[in-house]
Amino acid sequence: MFDSLSARLQAVVERLRGKAKVTEADLDVALRDIRLALLEADVNFRVVKDFVARVRERAIGSELLTGLHPGQQVVKAVHDELVNVLGSEPQALRLDGAPTVIMLVGLQGSGKTTTVAKLAVRLRRQGKRPLMVAADVYRPAAIDQLVQLGDQVGIEVHSRPIGTPALEIARSGIEEARQRRHDVVLIDTAGRLHVDEPMMDELVRISGAVTPAETLLVVDAMTGQEAVSVATAFHQRLPVTGLVLTKMDGDARGGAALGIRSITGLPIAFIGTGERTDGLEPFHPDRLAQRILGMGDIVSLVERVQETVDREESERLAERMLDARFTLEDLRSQLRQVQKMGPIGQLLGMIPGAGQLAGAAQQAVDDGQLKRIEAVIDSMTPAERRHPEIIKASRRHRIAVGSGTSTAEVNRLLKQLAEMQRMMRQLGSRGPKAERELGRLFGR
Amino acid sequence: MISRPRREPGGLGLRPPAGGIGARLRAILGIDAPHSEATWDELEEALVAADVGAATALELVEATRAQVGREASAAQIRGALAGEIRDRLARVGSGRFVLGPAPAVILVVGVNGTGKTTTIAKLAARFKGEGHSVLLAAADTFRAAASEQLRLWGEQLGIEVIAQRPGADPGAVAFDALAAAESRGSEVILVDTAGRLHDKAQLMAELSKIRRVIQRRLPEQPRHVLLVLDAVIGQNGLAQAEAFSQHAGVTGIVLAKLDGAAKGGVAVAIADRLGLPILFAGVGEEAGDLAPFDPAAYAEWLLGS
Repeated sequence: MFDSLSARLQAVVERLRGKAKVTEADLDVALRDIRLALLEADVNFRVVKDFVARVRERAIGSELLTGLHPGQQVVKAVHDELVNVLGSEPQALRLDGAPTVIMLVGLQGSGKTTTVAKLAVRLRRQGKRPLMVAADVYRPAAIDQLVQLGDQVGIEVHSRPIGTPALEIARSGIEEARQRRHDVVLIDTAGRLHVDEPMMDELVRISGAVTPAETLLVVDAMTGQEAVSVATAFHQRLPVTGLVLTKMDGDARGGAALGIRSITGLPIAFIGTGERTDGLEPFHPDRLAQRILGMGDIVSLVERVQETVDREESERLAERMLDARFTLEDLRSQLRQVQKMGPIGQLLGMIPGAGQLAGAAQQAVDDGQLKRIEAVIDSMTPAERRHPEIIKASRRHRIAVGSGTSTAEVNRLLKQLAEMQRMMRQLGSRGPKAERELGRLFGR
Repeated sequence: MISRPRREPGGLGLRPPAGGIGARLRAILGIDAPHSEATWDELEEALVAADVGAATALELVEATRAQVGREASAAQIRGALAGEIRDRLARVGSGRFVLGPAPAVILVVGVNGTGKTTTIAKLAARFKGEGHSVLLAAADTFRAAASEQLRLWGEQLGIEVIAQRPGADPGAVAFDALAAAESRGSEVILVDTAGRLHDKAQLMAELSKIRRVIQRRLPEQPRHVLLVLDAVIGQNGLAQAEAFSQHAGVTGIVLAKLDGAAKGGVAVAIADRLGLPILFAGVGEEAGDLAPFDPAAYAEWLLGS
């Protein structure tokens, strides 16, 4: 955890390194940086105040844990308190009612419609027969949008002609669900401002009429200080049961979630990532805590890697990496795995310290270039792949011609490989902890 | 299209933020006496609450302090702070949008859900109202029903929309629109693009490509690249503005959804640190809900007049 903090938190750790005892003055300096880090992450300023006060108590009261420097201890106290507030892993969705009604609400542009489709896909995978209801009657083409999504994923959409009020659509949607034996109804509502009284009134009427088992508030991960007011307003007027935090595949830290959770106690039901309908993940408090603190999401990456990487191969690979015996064969097999996994930038971004370790790889690599690199490696002989040091000028030329690239590209690849090997040697020399982390990275 | 039930807009079409920074500042600055260290801390906090960001909030407060004396009254502090905010916005050209001679190509960009399409409809209505001939390009070929959405606006406003089938190359749509604009003699061309997260290299590269396509056909264009920012956004707005600036050459910002309770304070930080002008304020979902950004009015509104 401590290898990958945001720069500001690194500073906290560094400043207190080597101190046997931490004075209150030291602590206050550290907490000021932590306050700033949390504000930068969009945690509501009132919540930050209370939070920092609680951390202060926790840090002062505790003994110095073995193996941790004082700075690390402070950061750990922050991390633990974050996880504490963010709450335990969520319960499954309440699926009572025949049919179960799930209503999605939130501000304009928060991602409700996309989330409805994602939820529908997920529920279907769980053996349900969902029906999506297009009750956004205000946004031009909102109904079309949901209908098209329904077509894309093969899930039925209930819609009515333009001019039908939202309340009526919700009602007829449930009626259709009963008649056609859908067991879950997902209602997409129009985005609305929490300060828009007439629109909030409408939502209350719809909710009253359909009595949802779950009312999910969809919140954009990049929402700022106003997040708490938004959630409070919706929560006061509607039986909101949970949050969906969307656009988490971006780099917004997501501190809005901490604010909302702190003040309203609402659980985070799901995390939305990406625009594709498979982009819905369960919520893990420790991961969000790390993200808010600016750390890489190593666990997500490990899981993704585990889905696609052969376990034995990855163990072997981890060993080779640590021994700096990482060759072009290994790189090629990794590239192939990576191409299966998804956009490289996203993945590399998840590796804590990716800036350092993957810097060399990152330079060469965006999705288009992976194929070129693979072509270069394919044009080498097995001996050349295993011992790239033998690749002198004439071989480089041959490889360039064979792969349809240039000697410059071949040179660049070899240089980057050398850099990666050097960095891995450094990493390997950092001892068992680094080895463990790398191992986790590759599914060990 | 169905209209939402109307509620009362305030002044500039802007409602004073309910409670929030205005009320707090009134409470803080309510008395006409010299102020303590705590006052300045509270001022800073009130700015942070408006999403100005901790660093910029500190700078604003320090700058205000430097201006006013130890014995400064509430009114003086307020005035100085409003002035600081206004100046930072004004000196980078906020509110000063000049369309320029025909043809004027305006590329509209931003992350998902900020209000690009609605903003384009508002800009289109505005320019048409000023007597220009307008053409719309539905270059969001990714999101379901995105071009339908723009087409519906086009119908409502009586403005032609150039679109292609879903999944088409957005650059191709832009190109088509420019060709159509040339043959029709359109003066203003507004190009809608798909929402995209700024940290996705491929998507940002696509945006650069759309821009190049436009440039190749019309070397001085796009004259305007407007980044639409949701006023509810927090500090990520800075990262967005930076990335879009780098990849798309943003010339100005539209601060949308200012009719909510959010103050959009990150715009101050963006203007200050990145030198990007805030050109328009979006204050609702109707075609007329767009106002030129007024730094002085905004500063007053931010602090609660």
